[in-house]
Amino acid sequence: MKRLTLILALLASPLWAVEPDEILDDPVLEDRARELSQGLRCPVCQNESIDESNATLAKELRILLRERLVAGDTDDQAVDFIVARYGEFVLLRPDTSGANLILWIAAPAMLLVALGIGWTAIRRKKTLPEALSDEEKAELEKILDT
Amino acid sequence: MLVELGHFALILAFGVAIVQTIVPMVGAHRGNAAWMALAEPAATVQFLLTAFSFAVLTWAFVTSDFSLQLVYLNSHTDKPMIYKITGVWGNHEGSMLLWMLILTLFGALAAWFGDGLPTRLRARVLAVQASIAVAFFAFVIFTSNPFLRLEVPPLNGRDLNPLLQDPGLAFHPPFLYLGYVGLSVSFSFAVAALIEGRVDAAWGRWVRPWTLAAWMFLTVGIALGSWWAYYELGWGGFWFWDPVENASFMPWLIAAALLHSAIVVEKREALKSWTILLAILAFGFSLLGAFIVRSGVLTSVHAFANDPERGMLILIILAVYLGGALTLFAFRARAMEAKGVFSTVSRESALILNNILLAVSCFVVFIGTIWPLVAEIMFDRTLSVGPPFFDAAFTPFMVGLAIVLPLGSILAWKRGTLERAGKALIGWLILAIALAALAYAVQSGNSALGPIGVALGVWVVGGALADLWMRSGRDHWTVRLRRIGRLPRADWGKATAHIGMGVTIFGVAAMLAWEKEDIRIADVGDRWAVGQFEFQLDDVRQFQGPNYLTTMADISVWRGDRQVSMLNPEKRFYPVANMPTTEAAISNGILRDVYVVIGDPQAGGGWAVRVYLKPFANWIWGGAILMALGGCFSLSDRRLRIGAAAPKKTTPKAVPAE
Repeated sequence: MKRLTLILALLASPLWAVEPDEILDDPVLEDRARELSQGLRCPVCQNESIDESNATLAKELRILLRERLVAGDTDDQAVDFIVARYGEFVLLRPDTSGANLILWIAAPAMLLVALGIGWTAIRRKKTLPEALSDEEKAELEKILDT
Repeated sequence: MLVELGHFALILAFGVAIVQTIVPMVGAHRGNAAWMALAEPAATVQFLLTAFSFAVLTWAFVTSDFSLQLVYLNSHTDKPMIYKITGVWGNHEGSMLLWMLILTLFGALAAWFGDGLPTRLRARVLAVQASIAVAFFAFVIFTSNPFLRLEVPPLNGRDLNPLLQDPGLAFHPPFLYLGYVGLSVSFSFAVAALIEGRVDAAWGRWVRPWTLAAWMFLTVGIALGSWWAYYELGWGGFWFWDPVENASFMPWLIAAALLHSAIVVEKREALKSWTILLAILAFGFSLLGAFIVRSGVLTSVHAFANDPERGMLILIILAVYLGGALTLFAFRARAMEAKGVFSTVSRESALILNNILLAVSCFVVFIGTIWPLVAEIMFDRTLSVGPPFFDAAFTPFMVGLAIVLPLGSILAWKRGTLERAGKALIGWLILAIALAALAYAVQSGNSALGPIGVALGVWVVGGALADLWMRSGRDHWTVRLRRIGRLPRADWGKATAHIGMGVTIFGVAAMLAWEKEDIRIADVGDRWAVGQFEFQLDDVRQFQGPNYLTTMADISVWRGDRQVSMLNPEKRFYPVANMPTTEAAISNGILRDVYVVIGDPQAGGGWAVRVYLKPFANWIWGGAILMALGGCFSLSDRRLRIGAAAPKKTTPKAVPAE
C-alpha cells in the first residue's frame, strides 16, 4: 500500500486546470483572471484555453496573467502583455484587424445575400389568385358548419 | 489464416464495388434490365464480405492476436473485454473498417428497401453508392490496411489510449459514422436524380427517410460525444468548438436543413434544385469531416492518425465526389423546374428561412474552422479561432431560428396568415416573457443568458404544443385531445423534435448561466458548502484496478442533515500507456448535476478538490434524445413505411390535411 502511494505520488503529473494555490484572494480580480484566461489559448496544447489546460506552460501563463492583474493592469493591458510575448496565436477570439475582418463579416454578409436571394425567389413566383372574397368566405363557413 | 481470409474478403468487396459501380450504371443508360438487376445482389455481397472482414478484425482484438500490427499498437491482454472490442475502432485503420462496414450496410439497405423505386433510378442510386465505396475501399486497402502482420509477434500490446477506455467509445463513433455515412445515401439519390434529370414529389419522399435516419444517428452521436466529454475531461465542459466537433456539427446542420427542404419537395414540388444541392453538401461536409479528423491539418484534441499522405487522399476523394457532383449540378439544375406556387407568408417561405438560417450557421462554423488555415496560407498569420468567436458568431443564428420556428411551423402551406398563427401563439409568447422575467428576478447577478434561454425554451416548446393543438380542429377540448392522439406519427415526430430543440436551448443557456464552481484544498474530514449543498471529504483510498492504479476519494454530499449521495471521484494512472486520467463523479439530477473531481495531494497536506453545480445539465442531452426520438416517430410514419412509390390508392380526403 505504501509503495502504491509512493508510485502514485511520483507519477502524478499535473492533471488539473486552475489549481487551488493559483487562486487570488481578491474574488473580483480572480473572476477577471478566469474570464480572461478562457479567451487565451495554451500555446503548447491542442486547442485548449489556459483555463482548461493541464500543461505546465498554461499554469505559468495563468500565474503570469494574475501577476499582471495584481500589478494593476487593465484587462486589455494584461492580454496585450501576453500577446506581445506569444503572438496572436494565443487569442481564441481573433481580432478584427486586416484580413480577420473577412472572418467576422462573412457570416452576416452571407445572411444578407441569402435573405436577398430567398426574398427575390419567393417574390418571383407566379402570383397566386386573390384570396377569398368576403362572400366566398361566408359561403365556405356555411358549408363547413353544416 | 483467418486474418488472411478477412483481408481477402476486403479486397473481394473492393472488386464487387467496382463491378457494382460500372455494370448497373451502364445498364441504366442502355436500358438493359439484367445489368441493372445486378446492383442488388452486388450490394448484398459487398456488405456480407465487409461484415466478415470486420468480424475477423474484431476476433483478432478479442483473442489479442499481437501478430497483427494494429492489435499490438492498440490493445493489451489486461484490458477489459469491452475495451478489447471497442478498441477495434479506437484507432484510424479499425475505424475506417467500421466506416466501410456502415457504408456497405447502407448500400445494402438501399438495395433491400428500394423495391418501390423505378428500376432505372434504383440502379443508378446503387451504382453511385458503390462508387463511394470504391474510393474508400481503395483508401483502406492501400493506405490504412488493418490486416498488416508483424514478422515477430511481441509478447504483449501497447494498450489503448486510456481516455478511450470508456463506454463512450462503444457508442459514440458507431453512431457518428451511421450519421456521416447515412448521408451518402442522400448524396447517391441526389446524383442519381441529376443523371436522370428528374426530381419530383416521389423523389422527395424517397430521400427523406434516409436523411432523417442519418440526421437522427448524427444527433445521437454528437450528443453522446458531448456527454462523454462532459464526464471524462474533468471540468464538465460539453462543447469546445474543436475542429473535430465542428466536423460533425456541419453535416448535422446541413442535414437538418435538407430534411426540412425535402418536405417542401415532397409536398409542394418546390425548392428542388436547392434540396439537391443540400444533399450533395451534406455528404460533402461528412467527407470534409473525415479529412479534418484524419489529416491533422487542423490541431484538435481528438484527431487521430495524423498523416498528411492519408489526408491528401481523402482530399482527392472529397474533390472528385464533391466537385463531380457540383459540376453535374451546374449542368442539370435548370432541368428541375418548380411546380408549387406559394405566397410570401406560407409554410414554404418559413422553411426557406429555416434553410437560410441553418445553412448560414453552418457557414459560420465552416469559416471559423478553416480560418486558421486560410490565414496561415494566404495572409501569413498564425492565429486561433476558438469558442469566444463561435459563441459570438454562431449563437445569433440559433436565437433567430428559435424565434421564427414556432411561427413558421404553424403557418399553412401555400398561403398562411400571420394573424392566425399569432392568435395561436400569443399565450405562449406572454408565458415565455413572464418566465424569463421571473428567472431574471430570481437569479443572482444580471446576466441575460439565463432568462433568454428560458424565454426561447418556453417559446419553442409551447409553439410545438400549440401546433399539435391547432391540428386538432375546432371542437370540444376532449374531442380535440383524442384527435391529437390520432394525429399521424409525422406530426408527433415534428412536435417531439421541436420540443427537443427547445429543451436543449434552455439546458445550454441555463447551465452556462447558473453553474457554480468551487476549487479548494480539503483534508480528510473537512466539510464545506457550495450553493445549497455541503460536501465532506470522508476518505481517500488508493488501490489497483484491472489495468490501472487509482486514487479514489469518498465525498459525501449533504443537504441539511440529509445525505444526498456519496461520490467517488478517481484519479487513475495507466502504467502501460504511461498516462493519467481523471474520472469525475457525478450525481445526476433533473434539476442539477453535482460534479466532483479529486486532484493531487498537496505539499502542505490535504487534497485538491473541485466541485461544480451544473443546473439543468441533463436537459442538454435530454433535448437531443427528444430530437432523435422525433426523428424515429417521423420515420415510422405510415406514409414512409408502406411502399412509398405505390400509386395513391386512397382518395385525397384520407391524407391528413397539412
